[in-house]
Amino acid sequence: MPTPFGTIYSTNITPDPETGIGRWSEQAFIRALRSGVDREGRHLYPAFPYDHFTRVSDDDAKALYAFFMSIDPVKSSAPPNELPFPLNVRLTLAGWKLLFLRQARFVADPSKDERWNRGKYLVEGLGHCGACHSPRNLLGAEKTSAGFAGGEAEGWRAYALGRSSRSPVAWDEAALADYLARGWHALHGTAQGPMANVANNLSQVDPADVRAMAHYLVSLGKGEGRNDVERTRSGPGRLPQAGGAQAATPSIPSEPGGAIYATVCASCHDADRPLPLGGSRLDLSTAVMDEVPTNLVNLVVRGIPAASGASARPIMPGFGDVLDDRQISDLANYLRTRFAGKRQWDGFAKAVAKARGGR
Amino acid sequence: MTTLIVNGERRSIEASPDTPLLYVLRDELGLNGAKYGCGLGQCGACTVIVDGKAVFSCVTPVMVLEGRTVTTLEGIGSQDALGPMQRAFITEQAAQCGYCISGMMMRAHALLSRDPHATDESIRAELQPHLCRCGTHMRILRAIRRAAEEMRPKTADARTER
Ligand code: FES
Ligand code: FES
Repeated sequence: MPTPFGTIYSTNITPDPETGIGRWSEQAFIRALRSGVDREGRHLYPAFPYDHFTRVSDDDAKALYAFFMSIDPVKSSAPPNELPFPLNVRLTLAGWKLLFLRQARFVADPSKDERWNRGKYLVEGLGHCGACHSPRNLLGAEKTSAGFAGGEAEGWRAYALGRSSRSPVAWDEAALADYLARGWHALHGTAQGPMANVANNLSQVDPADVRAMAHYLVSLGKGEGRNDVERTRSGPGRLPQAGGAQAATPSIPSEPGGAIYATVCASCHDADRPLPLGGSRLDLSTAVMDEVPTNLVNLVVRGIPAASGASARPIMPGFGDVLDDRQISDLANYLRTRFAGKRQWDGFAKAVAKARGGR
Repeated sequence: MTTLIVNGERRSIEASPDTPLLYVLRDELGLNGAKYGCGLGQCGACTVIVDGKAVFSCVTPVMVLEGRTVTTLEGIGSQDALGPMQRAFITEQAAQCGYCISGMMMRAHALLSRDPHATDESIRAELQPHLCRCGTHMRILRAIRRAAEEMRPKTADARTER
Protein backbone atom coordinates (compact mmCIF):
# COMPACT_ATOMS: atom_id res chain seq x y z
CA MET A 1 0.00 0.00 0.00
CA PRO A 2 1.67 3.21 -1.13
CA THR A 3 1.41 5.97 1.52
CA PRO A 4 2.96 9.45 1.64
CA PHE A 5 5.40 8.03 4.20
CA GLY A 6 6.55 4.95 2.33
CA THR A 7 5.26 1.55 1.28
CA ILE A 8 3.45 -0.65 3.76
CA TYR A 9 2.79 -4.30 3.02
CA SER A 10 -0.42 -5.80 4.32
CA THR A 11 0.18 -9.02 6.21
CA ASN A 12 -1.22 -12.51 5.89
CA ILE A 13 -4.59 -12.81 7.66
CA THR A 14 -5.34 -16.38 6.69
CA PRO A 15 -5.26 -18.88 9.58
CA ASP A 16 -1.78 -20.20 8.67
CA PRO A 17 -0.06 -20.81 12.04
CA GLU A 18 3.45 -19.68 10.98
CA THR A 19 2.89 -16.80 8.58
CA GLY A 20 -0.76 -15.90 9.22
CA ILE A 21 -3.02 -15.49 12.25
CA GLY A 22 -3.62 -19.21 12.88
CA ARG A 23 -2.29 -19.00 16.44
CA TRP A 24 -4.19 -15.85 17.34
CA SER A 25 -6.93 -16.09 19.95
CA GLU A 26 -10.19 -14.28 19.42
CA GLN A 27 -9.07 -11.79 22.03
CA ALA A 28 -5.80 -11.09 20.23
CA PHE A 29 -7.65 -10.61 16.96
CA ILE A 30 -10.12 -8.16 18.47
CA ARG A 31 -7.30 -6.25 20.17
CA ALA A 32 -5.53 -5.87 16.81
CA LEU A 33 -8.75 -4.77 15.16
CA ARG A 34 -9.61 -2.13 17.71
CA SER A 35 -6.32 -1.09 19.28
CA GLY A 36 -3.79 -1.69 16.51
CA VAL A 37 -1.59 -4.07 18.52
CA ASP A 38 -0.59 -7.44 17.10
CA ARG A 39 -0.44 -10.77 18.96
CA GLU A 40 3.18 -10.16 19.95
CA GLY A 41 2.29 -6.74 21.32
CA ARG A 42 3.80 -4.66 18.50
CA HIS A 43 2.02 -1.52 17.35
CA LEU A 44 0.46 -1.73 13.88
CA TYR A 45 0.67 1.05 11.32
CA PRO A 46 -2.58 2.99 10.92
CA ALA A 47 -2.66 2.01 7.24
CA PHE A 48 -4.66 -0.73 8.91
CA PRO A 49 -7.61 1.47 9.89
CA TYR A 50 -7.99 0.52 13.56
CA ASP A 51 -8.93 4.13 14.20
CA HIS A 52 -12.18 3.13 12.44
CA PHE A 53 -12.42 -0.51 13.45
CA THR A 54 -12.37 0.55 17.09
CA ARG A 55 -16.07 1.40 16.59
CA VAL A 56 -16.97 -2.13 15.52
CA SER A 57 -19.38 -3.99 17.83
CA ASP A 58 -18.40 -7.11 19.79
CA ASP A 59 -20.70 -9.27 17.69
CA ASP A 60 -19.26 -8.09 14.40
CA ALA A 61 -15.67 -8.39 15.64
CA LYS A 62 -16.33 -11.97 16.73
CA ALA A 63 -18.05 -12.79 13.46
CA LEU A 64 -15.02 -11.49 11.56
CA TYR A 65 -12.70 -13.67 13.64
CA ALA A 66 -14.90 -16.73 13.02
CA PHE A 67 -14.87 -16.01 9.29
CA PHE A 68 -11.11 -15.52 9.00
CA MET A 69 -10.51 -18.74 10.90
CA SER A 70 -12.75 -20.60 8.47
CA ILE A 71 -10.87 -19.73 5.28
CA ASP A 72 -8.06 -21.84 3.83
CA PRO A 73 -4.66 -21.08 5.34
CA VAL A 74 -2.01 -19.81 2.93
CA LYS A 75 1.68 -19.86 3.73
CA SER A 76 3.07 -16.51 2.68
CA SER A 77 4.92 -13.66 4.36
CA ALA A 78 4.67 -10.01 3.38
CA PRO A 79 7.93 -8.26 2.45
CA PRO A 80 9.27 -5.82 5.03
CA ASN A 81 7.78 -2.32 4.98
CA GLU A 82 9.72 0.41 3.23
CA LEU A 83 9.65 3.27 5.70
CA PRO A 84 12.34 5.80 6.65
CA PHE A 85 13.64 6.33 10.18
CA PRO A 86 12.03 7.04 12.65
CA LEU A 87 8.79 5.74 11.16
CA ASN A 88 10.29 2.27 10.84
CA VAL A 89 10.48 2.13 14.64
CA ARG A 90 7.11 0.87 15.73
CA LEU A 91 7.34 2.53 19.13
CA THR A 92 6.82 5.85 17.31
CA LEU A 93 3.29 4.64 16.78
CA ALA A 94 2.58 4.73 20.50
CA GLY A 95 2.94 8.50 20.29
CA TRP A 96 0.75 8.65 17.21
CA LYS A 97 -1.96 6.68 18.94
CA LEU A 98 -1.76 8.86 22.02
CA LEU A 99 -2.42 11.86 19.80
CA PHE A 100 -4.96 10.49 17.36
CA LEU A 101 -6.52 7.18 18.38
CA ARG A 102 -9.79 7.57 20.26
CA GLN A 103 -10.79 4.08 21.27
CA ALA A 104 -14.55 3.83 21.61
CA ARG A 105 -17.34 1.60 20.40
CA PHE A 106 -20.06 3.13 18.26
CA VAL A 107 -22.83 4.87 20.14
CA ALA A 108 -26.14 5.49 18.38
CA ASP A 109 -27.53 9.01 18.23
CA PRO A 110 -31.05 8.75 19.73
CA SER A 111 -32.20 11.86 17.89
CA LYS A 112 -31.75 10.08 14.53
CA ASP A 113 -33.62 7.16 13.05
CA GLU A 114 -32.41 3.59 13.06
CA ARG A 115 -31.34 3.54 9.43
CA TRP A 116 -29.21 6.65 9.84
CA ASN A 117 -27.50 5.09 12.84
CA ARG A 118 -26.98 1.80 11.01
CA GLY A 119 -25.46 3.74 8.11
CA LYS A 120 -23.19 5.72 10.39
CA TYR A 121 -22.03 2.57 12.17
CA LEU A 122 -21.07 0.93 8.86
CA VAL A 123 -19.52 4.03 7.29
CA GLU A 124 -17.40 5.00 10.28
CA GLY A 125 -16.50 1.50 11.38
CA LEU A 126 -16.07 -1.40 8.97
CA GLY A 127 -16.60 0.75 5.90
CA HIS A 128 -13.89 3.23 7.03
CA CYS A 129 -14.91 5.59 4.19
CA GLY A 130 -13.17 8.50 5.89
CA ALA A 131 -9.80 6.76 5.61
CA CYS A 132 -9.71 7.94 2.00
CA HIS A 133 -12.43 10.59 1.82
CA SER A 134 -11.18 12.75 4.71
CA PRO A 135 -8.10 14.95 4.46
CA ARG A 136 -5.14 13.96 6.63
CA ASN A 137 -2.76 16.12 8.65
CA LEU A 138 1.03 16.10 8.35
CA LEU A 139 1.26 13.09 10.63
CA GLY A 140 -1.16 11.12 8.50
CA ALA A 141 -4.13 11.31 10.87
CA GLU A 142 -7.57 12.21 9.61
CA LYS A 143 -8.58 15.79 10.29
CA THR A 144 -11.71 15.12 12.27
CA SER A 145 -12.85 18.72 11.86
CA ALA A 146 -12.95 18.25 8.08
CA GLY A 147 -14.45 14.77 7.96
CA PHE A 148 -15.42 13.60 4.45
CA ALA A 149 -14.22 16.87 2.91
CA GLY A 150 -12.17 14.93 0.34
CA GLY A 151 -8.86 13.11 0.55
CA GLU A 152 -6.49 10.98 -1.43
CA ALA A 153 -5.85 7.28 -1.99
CA GLU A 154 -3.23 5.48 -4.03
CA GLY A 155 -2.72 8.27 -6.51
CA TRP A 156 -6.44 9.01 -6.84
CA ARG A 157 -8.53 11.75 -5.37
CA ALA A 158 -11.30 10.58 -3.02
CA TYR A 159 -13.98 13.24 -3.48
CA ALA A 160 -15.81 15.21 -0.83
CA LEU A 161 -18.98 13.37 0.17
CA GLY A 162 -22.53 14.36 0.98
CA ARG A 163 -23.54 17.96 0.47
CA SER A 164 -19.94 19.09 0.06
CA SER A 165 -19.67 17.05 -3.13
CA ARG A 166 -18.73 18.95 -6.27
CA SER A 167 -20.92 16.76 -8.43
CA PRO A 168 -22.99 19.06 -10.66
CA VAL A 169 -26.06 17.01 -9.72
CA ALA A 170 -26.48 16.64 -5.95
CA TRP A 171 -26.30 13.07 -4.72
CA ASP A 172 -29.45 11.57 -3.29
CA GLU A 173 -29.83 8.36 -1.37
CA ALA A 174 -31.11 6.24 -4.24
CA ALA A 175 -28.37 7.38 -6.63
CA LEU A 176 -25.63 6.78 -4.08
CA ALA A 177 -26.91 3.34 -3.06
CA ASP A 178 -27.01 2.42 -6.74
CA TYR A 179 -23.52 3.75 -7.36
CA LEU A 180 -22.05 1.96 -4.37
CA ALA A 181 -23.53 -1.38 -5.36
CA ARG A 182 -22.92 -1.18 -9.12
CA GLY A 183 -19.85 1.00 -9.39
CA TRP A 184 -21.48 3.58 -11.66
CA HIS A 185 -24.44 5.88 -11.98
CA ALA A 186 -25.68 7.62 -15.10
CA LEU A 187 -25.64 11.07 -13.48
CA HIS A 188 -22.37 10.61 -11.62
CA GLY A 189 -20.04 8.42 -13.65
CA THR A 190 -17.91 5.42 -12.78
CA ALA A 191 -15.99 4.33 -9.69
CA GLN A 192 -12.29 4.16 -10.41
CA GLY A 193 -8.97 3.32 -8.81
CA PRO A 194 -9.41 1.92 -5.30
CA MET A 195 -13.12 2.85 -5.36
CA ALA A 196 -13.71 0.29 -8.13
CA ASN A 197 -12.73 -2.44 -5.67
CA VAL A 198 -14.88 -0.93 -2.96
CA ALA A 199 -17.89 -1.08 -5.28
CA ASN A 200 -17.02 -4.67 -6.22
CA ASN A 201 -17.14 -5.57 -2.55
CA LEU A 202 -20.28 -3.60 -1.82
CA SER A 203 -22.08 -5.38 -4.65
CA GLN A 204 -22.04 -8.41 -2.35
CA VAL A 205 -23.23 -6.61 0.76
CA ASP A 206 -26.87 -6.75 1.90
CA PRO A 207 -28.63 -4.03 -0.16
CA ALA A 208 -30.36 -2.77 2.98
CA ASP A 209 -26.95 -2.04 4.52
CA VAL A 210 -25.70 -0.29 1.38
CA ARG A 211 -28.85 1.79 1.38
CA ALA A 212 -28.33 2.72 5.04
CA MET A 213 -24.78 3.82 4.24
CA ALA A 214 -26.08 5.98 1.40
CA HIS A 215 -28.78 7.39 3.68
CA TYR A 216 -26.16 8.48 6.21
CA LEU A 217 -23.61 9.72 3.67
CA VAL A 218 -25.96 12.03 1.78
CA SER A 219 -26.90 13.70 5.07
CA LEU A 220 -23.30 14.82 5.62
CA GLY A 221 -21.56 18.05 4.86
CA LYS A 222 -22.55 21.63 4.58
CA GLY A 223 -24.56 23.39 1.94
CA GLU A 224 -27.34 22.15 -0.26
CA GLY A 225 -25.21 20.33 -2.80
CA ARG A 226 -25.17 21.44 -6.40
CA ASN A 227 -27.90 20.98 -8.94
CA ASP A 228 -26.89 23.23 -11.75
CA VAL A 229 -27.38 21.19 -14.92
CA GLU A 230 -30.24 19.60 -16.75
CA ARG A 231 -30.58 16.03 -15.65
CA THR A 232 -31.85 14.66 -18.90
CA ARG A 233 -31.19 15.65 -22.43
CA SER A 234 -34.23 15.87 -24.61
CA GLY A 235 -34.64 13.96 -27.84
CA PRO A 236 -32.49 11.22 -29.27
CA GLY A 237 -28.69 11.51 -29.57
CA ARG A 238 -27.70 14.99 -30.59
CA LEU A 239 -25.16 13.65 -33.03
CA PRO A 240 -25.91 11.27 -35.88
CA GLN A 241 -24.56 7.81 -35.19
CA ALA A 242 -22.85 5.44 -37.58
CA GLY A 243 -23.48 1.75 -37.26
CA GLY A 244 -25.30 2.31 -33.97
CA ALA A 245 -22.00 2.81 -32.21
CA GLN A 246 -19.93 5.86 -32.95
CA ALA A 247 -21.30 9.32 -33.37
CA ALA A 248 -20.04 11.37 -36.27
CA THR A 249 -17.42 13.96 -35.44
CA PRO A 250 -18.93 17.36 -34.74
CA SER A 251 -17.38 20.27 -36.63
CA ILE A 252 -13.80 20.69 -35.49
CA PRO A 253 -13.10 23.86 -33.51
CA SER A 254 -9.87 25.69 -34.24
CA GLU A 255 -8.80 25.67 -30.61
CA PRO A 256 -6.44 22.70 -30.07
CA GLY A 257 -8.18 21.23 -27.00
CA GLY A 258 -11.60 21.53 -28.61
CA ALA A 259 -10.30 19.82 -31.74
CA ILE A 260 -8.99 16.92 -29.68
CA TYR A 261 -12.30 16.64 -27.86
CA ALA A 262 -14.25 16.64 -31.14
CA THR A 263 -12.10 14.03 -32.85
CA VAL A 264 -11.05 11.77 -29.96
CA CYS A 265 -13.75 12.00 -27.28
CA ALA A 266 -17.03 13.12 -28.82
CA SER A 267 -17.78 9.90 -30.70
CA CYS A 268 -18.55 8.29 -27.33
CA HIS A 269 -19.09 11.18 -24.93
CA ASP A 270 -21.52 13.01 -27.18
CA ALA A 271 -23.23 9.95 -28.60
CA ASP A 272 -25.92 9.89 -25.91
CA ARG A 273 -25.76 6.15 -25.67
CA PRO A 274 -26.76 5.56 -22.05
CA LEU A 275 -24.26 4.17 -19.53
CA PRO A 276 -22.85 1.56 -19.22
CA LEU A 277 -22.56 1.38 -23.02
CA GLY A 278 -21.87 5.01 -23.79
CA GLY A 279 -19.47 7.62 -22.48
CA SER A 280 -20.21 9.51 -19.27
CA ARG A 281 -21.62 12.99 -19.63
CA LEU A 282 -18.66 15.25 -19.05
CA ASP A 283 -20.89 18.17 -18.12
CA LEU A 284 -21.78 16.05 -15.08
CA SER A 285 -18.22 14.97 -14.30
CA THR A 286 -16.95 15.53 -10.78
CA ALA A 287 -13.41 14.99 -12.11
CA VAL A 288 -13.73 18.10 -14.30
CA MET A 289 -15.16 20.16 -11.40
CA ASP A 290 -12.61 19.06 -8.81
CA GLU A 291 -9.97 21.32 -7.22
CA VAL A 292 -7.19 19.09 -8.50
CA PRO A 293 -6.76 17.46 -11.92
CA THR A 294 -5.67 14.08 -10.51
CA ASN A 295 -8.63 11.94 -11.49
CA LEU A 296 -9.24 13.53 -14.88
CA VAL A 297 -5.61 13.00 -15.84
CA ASN A 298 -5.58 9.41 -14.56
CA LEU A 299 -8.67 8.75 -16.64
CA VAL A 300 -7.39 10.25 -19.86
CA VAL A 301 -4.02 8.51 -19.51
CA ARG A 302 -5.11 5.08 -18.30
CA GLY A 303 -8.79 4.84 -19.20
CA ILE A 304 -11.17 2.66 -17.25
CA PRO A 305 -10.26 -1.01 -17.41
CA ALA A 306 -13.01 -3.61 -17.45
CA ALA A 307 -13.85 -4.63 -13.88
CA SER A 308 -13.23 -8.32 -13.44
CA GLY A 309 -16.28 -10.41 -12.69
CA ALA A 310 -18.55 -7.43 -12.26
CA SER A 311 -21.74 -6.91 -14.21
CA ALA A 312 -21.72 -4.42 -17.06
CA ARG A 313 -19.78 -1.31 -16.12
CA PRO A 314 -18.60 1.47 -18.35
CA ILE A 315 -15.09 1.03 -19.73
CA MET A 316 -12.86 3.48 -21.55
CA PRO A 317 -9.64 3.05 -23.49
CA GLY A 318 -6.68 5.01 -22.11
CA PHE A 319 -5.17 7.68 -24.34
CA GLY A 320 -1.81 8.09 -22.61
CA ASP A 321 0.01 6.38 -25.49
CA VAL A 322 -1.85 8.37 -28.14
CA LEU A 323 -1.81 11.89 -26.74
CA ASP A 324 1.39 13.64 -25.70
CA ASP A 325 1.63 15.83 -22.58
CA ARG A 326 0.80 18.97 -24.51
CA GLN A 327 -2.29 17.44 -26.08
CA ILE A 328 -3.53 16.15 -22.71
CA SER A 329 -3.10 19.60 -21.23
CA ASP A 330 -4.95 21.25 -24.13
CA LEU A 331 -7.78 18.77 -23.80
CA ALA A 332 -8.10 19.22 -20.03
CA ASN A 333 -8.02 22.97 -20.41
CA TYR A 334 -10.87 22.77 -22.91
CA LEU A 335 -13.00 20.50 -20.71
CA ARG A 336 -12.34 22.63 -17.66
CA THR A 337 -13.29 25.84 -19.41
CA ARG A 338 -16.32 24.45 -21.17
CA PHE A 339 -17.90 22.43 -18.37
CA ALA A 340 -16.61 23.99 -15.16
CA GLY A 341 -16.23 27.56 -16.41
CA LYS A 342 -12.80 27.68 -14.80
CA ARG A 343 -9.19 28.05 -15.86
CA GLN A 344 -6.73 25.20 -16.26
CA TRP A 345 -5.52 23.75 -12.96
CA ASP A 346 -2.16 24.83 -11.57
CA GLY A 347 0.46 22.11 -11.48
CA PHE A 348 -1.12 20.27 -14.38
CA ALA A 349 2.13 19.02 -15.91
CA LYS A 350 3.07 17.40 -12.61
CA ALA A 351 -0.21 15.51 -12.49
CA VAL A 352 0.41 14.15 -15.99
CA ALA A 353 3.92 13.00 -15.09
CA LYS A 354 2.53 11.28 -12.01
CA ALA A 355 -0.23 9.52 -13.93
CA ARG A 356 2.25 8.29 -16.54
CA GLY A 357 4.74 7.11 -13.94
CA GLY A 358 2.15 5.40 -11.79
CA ARG A 359 1.22 2.79 -14.32
CA MET B 1 -2.87 17.37 -44.43
CA THR B 2 -1.35 14.98 -41.90
CA THR B 3 2.04 13.37 -42.30
CA LEU B 4 2.77 9.98 -40.77
CA ILE B 5 5.71 7.59 -40.92
CA VAL B 6 4.01 4.29 -41.70
CA ASN B 7 6.16 1.16 -41.61
CA GLY B 8 9.23 3.28 -42.18
CA GLU B 9 7.85 5.35 -45.07
CA ARG B 10 6.76 8.98 -44.91
CA ARG B 11 3.12 9.23 -46.04
CA SER B 12 0.97 12.30 -46.63
CA ILE B 13 -2.59 11.55 -45.64
CA GLU B 14 -5.43 12.86 -47.81
CA ALA B 15 -8.27 11.97 -45.44
CA SER B 16 -9.67 14.70 -43.22
CA PRO B 17 -7.87 15.06 -39.88
CA ASP B 18 -10.73 13.61 -37.83
CA THR B 19 -10.52 10.27 -39.68
CA PRO B 20 -9.57 7.38 -37.40
CA LEU B 21 -6.16 5.93 -38.20
CA LEU B 22 -7.77 2.54 -38.87
CA TYR B 23 -9.73 3.86 -41.86
CA VAL B 24 -6.68 5.64 -43.21
CA LEU B 25 -4.60 2.48 -43.00
CA ARG B 26 -7.19 0.26 -44.65
CA ASP B 27 -8.88 2.58 -47.13
CA GLU B 28 -6.20 5.04 -48.10
CA LEU B 29 -2.98 3.08 -47.66
CA GLY B 30 -4.31 -0.38 -48.45
CA LEU B 31 -2.88 -1.89 -45.28
CA ASN B 32 -5.53 -4.40 -44.23
CA GLY B 33 -3.75 -6.07 -41.32
CA ALA B 34 -5.59 -4.04 -38.67
CA LYS B 35 -9.25 -5.05 -38.38
CA TYR B 36 -12.44 -3.20 -37.48
CA GLY B 37 -14.09 -4.94 -34.53
CA CYS B 38 -16.02 -2.55 -32.35
CA GLY B 39 -14.87 0.93 -33.29
CA LEU B 40 -14.98 1.83 -29.60
CA GLY B 41 -11.57 0.87 -28.28
CA GLN B 42 -13.01 -2.16 -26.54
CA CYS B 43 -11.88 -5.23 -28.49
CA GLY B 44 -8.30 -4.72 -29.68
CA ALA B 45 -8.75 -5.95 -33.27
CA CYS B 46 -7.51 -2.65 -34.70
CA THR B 47 -4.33 -2.40 -32.60
CA VAL B 48 -1.21 -0.96 -34.23
CA ILE B 49 2.02 0.40 -32.78
CA VAL B 50 2.56 4.17 -32.50
CA ASP B 51 6.02 5.25 -31.34
CA GLY B 52 6.57 1.86 -29.74
CA LYS B 53 3.24 1.72 -27.90
CA ALA B 54 0.20 -0.38 -28.78
CA VAL B 55 -2.83 1.81 -29.51
CA PHE B 56 -6.37 1.26 -30.77
CA SER B 57 -6.36 2.75 -34.27
CA CYS B 58 -10.18 2.90 -34.38
CA VAL B 59 -10.36 5.64 -31.75
CA THR B 60 -7.23 7.52 -32.80
CA PRO B 61 -7.85 10.34 -35.28
CA VAL B 62 -4.83 10.99 -37.50
CA MET B 63 -4.93 14.62 -36.41
CA VAL B 64 -3.28 13.83 -33.08
CA LEU B 65 -0.51 11.75 -34.70
CA GLU B 66 1.18 14.41 -36.84
CA GLY B 67 4.73 13.29 -37.66
CA ARG B 68 4.60 10.15 -35.56
CA THR B 69 5.71 6.61 -36.36
CA VAL B 70 3.10 3.94 -37.05
CA THR B 71 3.86 0.23 -37.38
CA THR B 72 1.23 -2.20 -38.63
CA LEU B 73 1.16 -5.95 -39.06
CA GLU B 74 2.67 -5.42 -42.51
CA GLY B 75 5.60 -3.68 -40.85
CA ILE B 76 6.71 -6.58 -38.66
CA GLY B 77 7.19 -9.05 -41.51
CA SER B 78 5.74 -10.07 -44.87
CA GLN B 79 4.50 -13.27 -46.42
CA ASP B 80 7.93 -13.87 -47.97
CA ALA B 81 9.89 -12.76 -44.95
CA LEU B 82 7.87 -13.52 -41.83
CA GLY B 83 8.76 -11.77 -38.60
CA PRO B 84 9.35 -13.81 -35.42
CA MET B 85 5.89 -13.01 -34.06
CA GLN B 86 4.16 -14.13 -37.24
CA ARG B 87 6.30 -17.28 -37.48
CA ALA B 88 5.42 -18.20 -33.92
CA PHE B 89 1.67 -17.71 -34.48
CA ILE B 90 1.81 -19.97 -37.55
CA THR B 91 3.89 -22.64 -35.81
CA GLU B 92 1.48 -22.72 -32.88
CA GLN B 93 -1.55 -22.51 -35.21
CA ALA B 94 -2.88 -19.79 -32.92
CA ALA B 95 -5.50 -18.42 -35.30
CA GLN B 96 -9.00 -19.82 -35.53
CA CYS B 97 -10.94 -17.26 -37.59
CA GLY B 98 -7.98 -14.91 -37.24
CA TYR B 99 -9.92 -11.71 -36.78
CA CYS B 100 -8.38 -10.81 -33.44
CA ILE B 101 -4.90 -12.09 -34.25
CA SER B 102 -3.36 -9.06 -35.92
CA GLY B 103 -4.19 -6.93 -32.89
CA MET B 104 -2.90 -9.57 -30.50
CA MET B 105 0.38 -9.79 -32.42
CA MET B 106 0.85 -6.04 -32.48
CA ARG B 107 0.38 -5.59 -28.75
CA ALA B 108 2.57 -8.60 -27.99
CA HIS B 109 5.20 -7.21 -30.35
CA ALA B 110 5.19 -3.85 -28.57
CA LEU B 111 5.48 -5.58 -25.20
CA LEU B 112 8.34 -7.88 -26.20
CA SER B 113 10.20 -5.08 -27.94
CA ARG B 114 10.39 -3.17 -24.68
CA ASP B 115 10.69 -6.23 -22.43
CA PRO B 116 11.88 -9.42 -24.16
CA HIS B 117 11.82 -11.17 -20.80
CA ALA B 118 8.15 -10.40 -20.08
CA THR B 119 6.69 -12.94 -17.68
CA ASP B 120 3.59 -14.95 -18.40
CA GLU B 121 1.76 -12.80 -15.90
CA SER B 122 2.68 -9.56 -17.64
CA ILE B 123 1.81 -10.99 -21.05
CA ARG B 124 -1.64 -11.91 -19.78
CA ALA B 125 -2.13 -8.52 -18.13
CA GLU B 126 -0.95 -6.67 -21.22
CA LEU B 127 -3.31 -8.55 -23.54
CA GLN B 128 -6.28 -8.08 -21.24
CA PRO B 129 -7.90 -5.45 -23.53
CA HIS B 130 -8.02 -7.93 -26.44
CA LEU B 131 -11.05 -10.09 -27.07
CA CYS B 132 -11.00 -13.39 -28.97
CA ARG B 133 -14.41 -14.80 -29.62
CA CYS B 134 -13.00 -18.08 -30.94
CA GLY B 135 -11.28 -18.82 -27.65
CA THR B 136 -7.78 -19.66 -28.84
CA HIS B 137 -6.25 -17.87 -25.87
CA MET B 138 -3.99 -20.72 -24.78
CA ARG B 139 -2.47 -21.03 -28.25
CA ILE B 140 -2.04 -17.29 -28.48
CA LEU B 141 -0.13 -17.36 -25.20
CA ARG B 142 2.05 -20.21 -26.44
CA ALA B 143 2.78 -18.34 -29.66
CA ILE B 144 3.80 -15.20 -27.77
CA ARG B 145 6.10 -17.22 -25.50
CA ARG B 146 7.66 -18.81 -28.57
CA ALA B 147 8.15 -15.43 -30.23
CA ALA B 148 9.71 -14.12 -27.03
CA GLU B 149 12.37 -16.83 -27.16
CA GLU B 150 13.25 -15.83 -30.68
CA MET B 151 13.18 -12.11 -30.01
CA ARG B 152 15.43 -12.24 -26.93
CA PRO B 153 18.89 -10.85 -27.65
CA LYS B 154 21.00 -13.84 -28.67
CA THR B 155 24.16 -12.65 -26.93
CA ALA B 156 22.51 -12.96 -23.54
CA ASP B 157 21.39 -16.53 -24.29
CA ALA B 158 24.83 -17.48 -25.59
CA ARG B 159 26.35 -16.22 -22.38
CA THR B 160 24.14 -18.38 -20.21
CA GLU B 161 24.83 -21.41 -22.37
CA ARG B 162 28.56 -21.10 -22.09
S1 FES C 1 -12.00 -2.00 -33.39
FE1 FES C 1 -10.64 -0.81 -32.27
S2 FES C 1 -10.75 -1.69 -30.33
FE2 FES C 1 -12.31 -2.75 -31.38
S1 FES D 1 -9.25 -16.28 -33.58
FE1 FES D 1 -11.26 -15.72 -34.01
S2 FES D 1 -11.54 -14.01 -32.72
FE2 FES D 1 -9.65 -14.74 -32.11
